Amino acid sequence: MEAMAIPPFERFYGENAGDVLGYLRRLLGQRAEDAWQETFLRALRAYDRLEHGSHLRAWVFTIATRVAMDELRAGKRLVAVEEIDGKPVELERPAYTELEHLTEGLPPKERAAVVLRYGYDLPYAEIGEALGSSEEAARAAASSGVRRLRRTVNVDHA
Amino acid sequence: MSITPELDARFRATALAEGLVDVRYDVTESPVGDLFIASTPRGLCRISYTIDGQDEAIARTFGARVLRMPLDEVRRELDEYFEGRRRDFDLPLDLSGVAPFHEAVLHELARVPYGRTDTYGALAQKVGRPKAARAVGTVMNRNPIPIVLPCHRIVGANGSLTGYAGGLHVKRALLELEGAMLPS
Repeated sequence: MEAMAIPPFERFYGENAGDVLGYLRRLLGQRAEDAWQETFLRALRAYDRLEHGSHLRAWVFTIATRVAMDELRAGKRLVAVEEIDGKPVELERPAYTELEHLTEGLPPKERAAVVLRYGYDLPYAEIGEALGSSEEAARAAASSGVRRLRRTVNVDHA
Repeated sequence: MSITPELDARFRATALAEGLVDVRYDVTESPVGDLFIASTPRGLCRISYTIDGQDEAIARTFGARVLRMPLDEVRRELDEYFEGRRRDFDLPLDLSGVAPFHEAVLHELARVPYGRTDTYGALAQKVGRPKAARAVGTVMNRNPIPIVLPCHRIVGANGSLTGYAGGLHVKRALLELEGAMLPS
């Protein structure tokens, strides 16, 4: 079988830029934009060394996940307020930030697995690729993340 | 989710500044229709009257790191040419990927002056292959940078226009613009 040709970067970018930003917003909230640019710069740096054009979507999600996990491990706090006219204003939270705040206490890999599965609806095979592990490991990380969330939520409501 | 124009512009500018772009392209309007234009860091590498699939063609020749971005200098010189204010182009050209015989013919072609025509046979003679008029026709047919490399100035021995990638009406329009042909 002939390997799939590598598409011009512009096409790859056009097909994935928005979805990757959405994914990073779920993981990182307002810090997503810098991580998004870093993701696509890393993709561009590696793009001329790709051997075929298969699984490019999973590939860029893998890069985005690594960038996001580095960012999460760095442990920087999220800023929930933004300055408008010099005064801090609490922003209305779009749906994805709910998941972002809910999963804040999870270990990075579990957090990524939970967000990819429940916030992004990716199949476990693709999550595995994004996390650099197997489908089974991705499933295990997501369910362990969900168990941990249940415990947190139960404790909060006790 | 869509990305903001600012974020998109910042990414493209950074990619270009870091030297990560093999070839840039854009589509520009002209009096003879939309033109696909592309440049590598070495120079202008493609002008095409067909738009579809050209991004893939340049990716195969110059590298897959292809981004669509404005090519202001190319656009400006083309605009000046179509307004009759420019007779010669000052753009550096990138002819990598062009076979040696083709390149020799294209170099001779570049010397055919504005407002003049020459024949396939005469061009063959100039590259030292007097019997290769037909092969010269093939080179014109595959010219990667028409207009700037003026294959519209090459006509049949009897003065007939013969053929052109953009269509004979475009060849005629360019020759009329240059005053090499009376308006029909």
